[in-house]
This record gives sequence, C-alpha cells and structure tokens, in this order.
Amino acid sequence: MSIRERLSGNEAAATAMKQINPDVVAAFPITPSTEIPQYFSTFVANGSVDTEFVAVESEHSAMSACIGAEAAGSRAMTATSANGLSLMWEMIYIASSLRLPIVLSLVNRAVSGPLNIHNDHSDAMGVRDAGWIMLFSENNQEAYDNLLMAHRIAEHKDVMLPLMVCQDGFITSHSIENIELEEDDKVKAFVGKYKPEHFLLNKQEPMAIGPLDLQAHLFEHKAQQADAMRKAKDVILEVSKDFEKTFGRKYGLFEEYKLDDAELAIVCMNSTAGTTKFVVDSLREKGIKAGLLKIRVFRPFPGEEIAKALSKVKAVAVLDKSDSLNGIGGALFTDVTSSMFTNNVQVPTVSYVYGIGGRDTTSKQIESVYSDLQEIVKSGKIENPYRYLGLRKEEK
Amino acid sequence: MTEINSNTPMEKLTIGGNIYQAGNAKEFKTGDWRSVRPVFHPDKCKQCGMCFAVCPENSIPVNKEYKREDFNFDYCKGCGVCAKVCPFGAITMEEEGVSK
Repeated sequence: MSIRERLSGNEAAATAMKQINPDVVAAFPITPSTEIPQYFSTFVANGSVDTEFVAVESEHSAMSACIGAEAAGSRAMTATSANGLSLMWEMIYIASSLRLPIVLSLVNRAVSGPLNIHNDHSDAMGVRDAGWIMLFSENNQEAYDNLLMAHRIAEHKDVMLPLMVCQDGFITSHSIENIELEEDDKVKAFVGKYKPEHFLLNKQEPMAIGPLDLQAHLFEHKAQQADAMRKAKDVILEVSKDFEKTFGRKYGLFEEYKLDDAELAIVCMNSTAGTTKFVVDSLREKGIKAGLLKIRVFRPFPGEEIAKALSKVKAVAVLDKSDSLNGIGGALFTDVTSSMFTNNVQVPTVSYVYGIGGRDTTSKQIESVYSDLQEIVKSGKIENPYRYLGLRKEEK
Repeated sequence: MTEINSNTPMEKLTIGGNIYQAGNAKEFKTGDWRSVRPVFHPDKCKQCGMCFAVCPENSIPVNKEYKREDFNFDYCKGCGVCAKVCPFGAITMEEEGVSK
C-alpha cells in the first residue's frame, strides 16, 4: 500500500534517495546546493541508510567522487542546483563519456549572474548536450517517482549513461504537497541491486577506465554514447511500464493533456505544466480547444513522437524557462521545431521565453499565450516567432 | 580482449574506451614524442649504474651481468636526465632526425 504523506520536493527527493540507499553519496551540502544533501546526511547520521556520505569541498569534487565510486562498482548519487551544476560541468562530461550511470537530483535554478538563486532552467539547459539522460518533473510526486525509476534506466546494459532528475527550484522543491510514497521493501525490490559487468574493484578482471582516446577512437565513442541515448527511449518506456504495474502511476516520454482533439497546444516542462493544465481546464469550459504537451524526457529528445503528437493542432507555443540568448528562441523551442520540420509537420509554432530568475508565471499569462495562438490561427500570420512572457517593456 | 585498432568499427569498441586487461601501457609506444635523442658511447661508460636508475621510462635495459645496454627507443622520450647524471660523458643528447 502506498503511504499518503505531505512533503516538499526536496524532502521527496531525499526520501527517494533514502529508499534507494545508494552505496555512495558525494555532495556539497551548502549553497548553491539544496536541502537534499542536508536531509540525506541526517539519514546517514541516524543510521537509516548504509551509504558512505562524502562531504566534499566543491561540486567539481562531488561529481569526481561519484565518478570514482561508480567506476569502482558502486551505486553513486548526488544532488545539486544552479551554479553547483556549473562547477560540476567538466566532470559531467567525464561521467557520461566513461558510461557511468550516476544519478543526480537537480533542483532547477538560475545560473547567475547577476546574482539570482530562483527558479529557471538555465542550469539544466547548460548541460543538455553533455550526454546525460534528463527527466523533468511537474511536482513532488514526479520528482520522487522519476528518482525511483532512475537507476534502472541508467544502469540498463543498453544504456549505461548518467541520469538527472529535474524539478523546479522553490516552486516544487520548497512547496509542501501531498505525495504517495511507496514502502521501503517494495522500492528496494523495484530498484534492484546494481551488478556492473565491469568495475575497477573486480580482482578477476583488472581494467583501465578513461584512457587516452585520440583521433582514431573518440568519434566512435561519442557515436556509441548517442546510440545509447537513442536506445534509452525504449528502456525508459519499459521501466515506466513496470513502474505503473508495480505502483500504479503511469509515465511516458511526455504527457498529453487534452491534446487529442486540441487546436491550440502549449509545450512546456516542470511545474508550469501544472499551471497550464489549470488554464486548459478553464478554457475547455469555455469551449476553446486547448491542450498541453508536457515534456518528461528531455534527453533523449523524443522528437518523432512529439512531432506526431503535435501534427493535428493548428498552432503551437513552446515555453522555455531559459533563454538561449541566441536570437532564435529557447532550447526546447529549437528541439521541438527541428523535430517537426524533420518529420514533415507544418504547424505554426512560436517561442516564449518566460519565468527567468524565478519570475512568477500566472494562469493569466498562460491564458494570454492561448489567445495569442487563437490570433495566429485566425490571421494565419506570425508577426514575431520569438516572444517573451511576463517581461516588462516600454509601451509603444 | 580482442585487438582494437584504427580500423575497428564502433560496434566492436568497448564503451568509454575501457581496457579490460592489465599491463597494456607497454603497447603504447611513446618514443615518437622525442625531439632529442640520447646517444650511448660504450667506450666511455664505466657501468656505474647511475643512468638507468633515473630513467622515468625504464628505457635503459640492464642485462643479467648488471650491465646497461643501448637505449630502448620505443619508449625513450628524450628527457635527457640520463645524460645529465652520467659522470663520464658516456651519454650525449642529439637532435632527433638530423643525420650527421
């Protein structure tokens, strides 16, 4: 039986980590990190986990220690946020290229500067090409569930890639919500034991990890990573199916909310999807055919499936909580539109950059996006595809 | 472990370039990094044993009679430490690729 609880997103992530009981957690437990390592170190002190907690001096060292632990043959986890992830950056690439299935709980916050600690997705977008599987979570429940599924996806023999579970800083990380927790022994059975095929502490098979990899080989090793990323899609679906069978909650690559017969669609990630669902419901009452496509799996990007899901709508708005500062919209917009183009889906699509630095995004603003889409459908014209939502500007 | 070389297709490479075998550093010949080479002059050598002890690449072979032989240029990077410690001028450094 599931246990009804009320937890913050940080507590939910820390509880998942407690139930997973990894061999090693290496984390930098003060700013710019989250409360997750702090809660987790309490579990270690209380003896509720057998994890070796390595309190490192920086996030660069946190990821390095996870790499060492995972290479040795143990299960390693860490948690960070914003500039903490930036400091890990070099080792983020080492983790994925050495094919070490480390799991990271990322609480999405703005990468400074100027100095800001509030929610947006600029931290995650900075590592979107680093070869990590990236799952996004609308609420505390999804952050918890995604973490329970994380190791089985990452450690799968066809995958062997690190994985990060993202949730919105403060909006979900510090908000207390109802949540259904699963029993410890059931989680343990679901997650299973980590049995790596090759590991450094195996006396029977001495091995070298991360050797010199020059012109003759790096290209092929990168292509192997990309191949594993493509294969991860099926593994994610397979693990999600088993999760549904075991715990009853259903997950796919993305969630289609009232998208079946929708004419106007918003694509977004994390907590904004909750606000958008509320707006979709109220618009539906007024007879407006609004729908939502909420990304769960951002890496690998399910381009073909997304293009198909959006093929019947009349206009799409892609909401990015991070500006790529490139003059052509956010990263999610670029991925969605390029997938649509490649799959011959021709639907007018616009980019909205919103919620930067923790700027509140209200249901009214989401409503305005849907009315902009109505305007596009009516006129058949897009004046400016690169837009902002909730930005202050001089009236003209 | 099967042989991997610059013709091996990606499907046959180990993930992350892992090497499931010990003691393979000797297969990586580092001698071609050399820009200066040590030249051994046996007539001046007293077999004092200073040079091979300081060689960071173990490129000065020593035979069963505890006598040093000529350099192993597969691994010698031409650092010149041996020439520096030799008290008898039995090792000189010369520019690589320049014939006299």
